[in-house]
Amino acid sequence: MKTDELIAMLSTNVEPVRHRPPWRTIGLAVVFGWMTVLVLVLAALGLRPDLFHSASIEPVLLKLSFAAVTLVPATYFLIRLSRPGGEGNAPLALLVLPFFVIALLAGASLASAPATHWDVMIVGHNWLECLISIPIIAIVPFAIIVWAVRQMAPTDLSRAGALVGLVAGSLSAIGYSFHCIDDSVPFVAVWYGVTITLCTFAGWKLGPWLLRW
Amino acid sequence: MEANDTELRALMRAGLAGDAAAYRTLLTRLSRALRAYYKGKLGRSGRSESEAEDLMQETLLAIDTRRHTYDPAQPLMPWVYAIARYKLIDHLRRTRSSLSEAPIEDAFELAARDDAAEAESAFDLTRLLGRLPDKMRNAIQDVKLEGLSVSEAANRSGMSEAAVKVNIHRGLKALAQMIGREKKP
Repeated sequence: MKTDELIAMLSTNVEPVRHRPPWRTIGLAVVFGWMTVLVLVLAALGLRPDLFHSASIEPVLLKLSFAAVTLVPATYFLIRLSRPGGEGNAPLALLVLPFFVIALLAGASLASAPATHWDVMIVGHNWLECLISIPIIAIVPFAIIVWAVRQMAPTDLSRAGALVGLVAGSLSAIGYSFHCIDDSVPFVAVWYGVTITLCTFAGWKLGPWLLRW
Repeated sequence: MEANDTELRALMRAGLAGDAAAYRTLLTRLSRALRAYYKGKLGRSGRSESEAEDLMQETLLAIDTRRHTYDPAQPLMPWVYAIARYKLIDHLRRTRSSLSEAPIEDAFELAARDDAAEAESAFDLTRLLGRLPDKMRNAIQDVKLEGLSVSEAANRSGMSEAAVKVNIHRGLKALAQMIGREKKP
């Protein structure tokens, strides 16, 4: 095919195209993904029985704010990276900050407790359910957000994929924290931290394959 | 170079608004810049000339089908360059065992390049179109190749105008994908 022919084809009857800002497409997908997570948690796991008791407020808020602090910057960077060239000097290293802070808090909490309590604080009642539920629930928002990013044009597929994983994992953790009855800071740091990191890693590996265009 | 970008950006804006002539000028100028860019990257061996042409055409199609991601408030060439570089890396990954490096350079450099020596790419448009679903092929054939208006094409095919537009867009995207997959390792 001659390039002239291609250009002639592309510039015949040019349809007006409106710029579609990525924040709208990606933002909508994140909101929609969040709603599906809530529905899944309600339907499959149920809320923790003491959710509305005053003693639960603080731990639930801790989990929610940890997940929110990973979610918001990840969504921001994903919006940037979903358009060509958006990856240029995005300070992605900032994204590890919440993990670092919660690890410090967990360390402080362990330091203030007798060493004999440490295993209970870390393992909790149901670490296995947490380890399995967060990644599995994350699959649905992951798929929705991948679909949205595919509408745009990311040019760094591994990083964009990792961000999709991080966003999906955080959304899933937000949903799961309404169910989870393990309230110690070390538990949140280890199991929420590990599962969200796992989702990020999966996204990093799957990105080049799922987001290619 | 910045002045060059301002000019190309004006053409792109007009193109986004539906100005076919401006869009044609833009694509022609981008094709020359991209040809020079890819020839430079792929070396000057005999094979690289048609390889560069293939890659340039793939990139033009990508620019066309993804033009909704260009923010008219931003300079144009960094956007074009990011797509060009993405397509280069993708191409090298598929066709070479080891990935040679694609260094980051000044995006505005790209606008200053020019190579009008047209070669023919390895893609056969008629054959590629033949692999599209009927609706997409007919919509592209009528509107993009024969130059019928969307409403004329809608009448001819019995589809709604919106369906014709969607089929053109999907068809072009599918073409771009086929071209990307067609490469032999």
